[in-house]
Amino acid sequence: MTEEAAASESLSPNQRAWRRFRKNKFASACGVLLVTLLGVILLWPALSSTTVAKAMPGFLSTGLHAPNEHSPELFAPPSGKHWFGTDIHGRDIFSRVIYGARVSLLVGAVGACVSLVIGVLWGAAAGYLGGRWDAWLMRVVDVLYSLPSIIFVIVLITTLHGALDKLQSAGKLTVTMRDTAKFVGLFVGLGAVSWLTMARIVRGQVLSLRTRQFVDASRALGATHTQILFRHILPNITGIIIVYLMLLVPAIILYESFLSYLGLGIQPPQASLGSLIADGAAQINPIRIYWWLLVFPCSVLVSTLLALNFFGDGLRDAFDPRGDR
Amino acid sequence: MSYFLKRAAFLFPLLLLISVLAFALLKLAPGGPFDKERAPATAEIKRAIEAKYHLDEPVWQQYLRYIGGVLQGDFGPSFKYRNHTVTDIIAQGLPVSVALGGMAFALSLGIGIPLGFWSAARRGQWGDYTGSFLAILAVCVPALVVGPLLVMGLAIQWRLLPVALWTSPAHVILPTLTLGLYFSGRVARLMREGMLTTLHEQYIVTARAKGLDDTTVLLKHALRIAILPVVSYSGPLLADLLTGSFIVENLFQIPGVGVFMVNSSLNRDYPMVIGLVLLYATLLLVLNLLVDVGYSYLDRRVKYD
Repeated sequence: MTEEAAASESLSPNQRAWRRFRKNKFASACGVLLVTLLGVILLWPALSSTTVAKAMPGFLSTGLHAPNEHSPELFAPPSGKHWFGTDIHGRDIFSRVIYGARVSLLVGAVGACVSLVIGVLWGAAAGYLGGRWDAWLMRVVDVLYSLPSIIFVIVLITTLHGALDKLQSAGKLTVTMRDTAKFVGLFVGLGAVSWLTMARIVRGQVLSLRTRQFVDASRALGATHTQILFRHILPNITGIIIVYLMLLVPAIILYESFLSYLGLGIQPPQASLGSLIADGAAQINPIRIYWWLLVFPCSVLVSTLLALNFFGDGLRDAFDPRGDR
Repeated sequence: MSYFLKRAAFLFPLLLLISVLAFALLKLAPGGPFDKERAPATAEIKRAIEAKYHLDEPVWQQYLRYIGGVLQGDFGPSFKYRNHTVTDIIAQGLPVSVALGGMAFALSLGIGIPLGFWSAARRGQWGDYTGSFLAILAVCVPALVVGPLLVMGLAIQWRLLPVALWTSPAHVILPTLTLGLYFSGRVARLMREGMLTTLHEQYIVTARAKGLDDTTVLLKHALRIAILPVVSYSGPLLADLLTGSFIVENLFQIPGVGVFMVNSSLNRDYPMVIGLVLLYATLLLVLNLLVDVGYSYLDRRVKYD
């Protein structure tokens, strides 16, 4: 046994996982790439505010545009002024892509958290209560699995939009409030159809953990069910939950782009990567090819998804108990 | 065997339950099929239309009327396409979607299984890294990305393949690629994972210890078990692919049922939506049952009871 292996005996499983993750250079690099991407996406709007743009004349400021700023240059190809070209309204694609990536990542993260909450509570309840409760709760999951989720989402979102539009035209809501509510509804809708697998994973883990001796011990010490579940059982499966959460984010980003393609996701003039791709696809025609409308949003979406997937994969390998072999 | 018979017997009540759920969901959601732009001119006409489609009856009666029709193969009239029945529309679109989905399924298994197998066989070498990268890349390029790019590049810029429609064999290539590529990545990842798990098993060690060469061990001993995750995934995958894809059918103007799945939910065309939900659920449940039969055939250690 090497010295390092001996030292690792005293580490907690999470510490060992973290050590394994850092050894995986590629996944770590993707983590760094993700952080950089997040940095650019979050800081760019601050940069493009006019004061900064005026303070720094020259190369950078030529690329600074507001995402919804119209200009007379329609369908301009990429240039020094518009790095990714412009669209049908003369809007700068680069700033729209940055802005859209921000929306997509936000939707992915929040949607994943919504499904995390539902899935963990549902799965933990089924696994911990066991018996008849377990059977019923998991049958519900089975039935929901066999319904096409897209129909659910569409009905949920169109119903919400209809109600909000009615309230707004009755004067009970301002336009901003309505659009914010639509945005929140999108998170909830996406989260509400993506929790099924999370529930199954958590239930399986809780089922195997609740018969362990440390659970018996804490029960003997007089711990309540809530304490046992939240203090003793759930902390033991954090690793698995985080890993699955990381892989859920790209899945939800994809789902949102699909909804935006249908016109149910982000409402114009706001943009997400999906709605930008849909806009680009709508401009496909045999006479003129506006490749920049498609290529740039697509490549940003694909590289974001790649980074997220590699990062999530690296985490999963690191948390895999068989990883030491 | 009796286990599978029991499960097959359960299919019917399960489908009934699903139809009740779908019916209830659509009835609970506010907004009817004849609101908005399709709104009838006067209240009287509206009442007449509602009477024609029995929308004035209590919900449970509507459901019983509907499910009675379904049992006789009649899925009711479409609210949106007034002169067609749901059965007609599905009968027209389903063969197209099944053909396209079937080919995309063949493509995703045809690329995915060899790619995953190859990566696992070369674990930790460059072959593995390349294979795994390709698999993840495929998972990151959904139809939404592949479709428009392929149309723009291959169909419009270089004019190699037709842009849209569904008439000759050449029209099949781009939609199949668009639909299948993403899933080939999923399959490759499952296959690699399955191989890596299997190669740790004792019987593989035994086979190697007997002095069998690598090819025999991998192909004859490992593959049969390693393919199981792909087998279980292929049930839901096939159900998904056969019922059509909105993006692909919309982009290439293919007359399948995937477009109806989305449009009829948008239009609140209840009979259409419930018909498609039942179609999807039946396919999924039957395919999952078949997958489990196949599973126990491939892995004789698996016993259902």
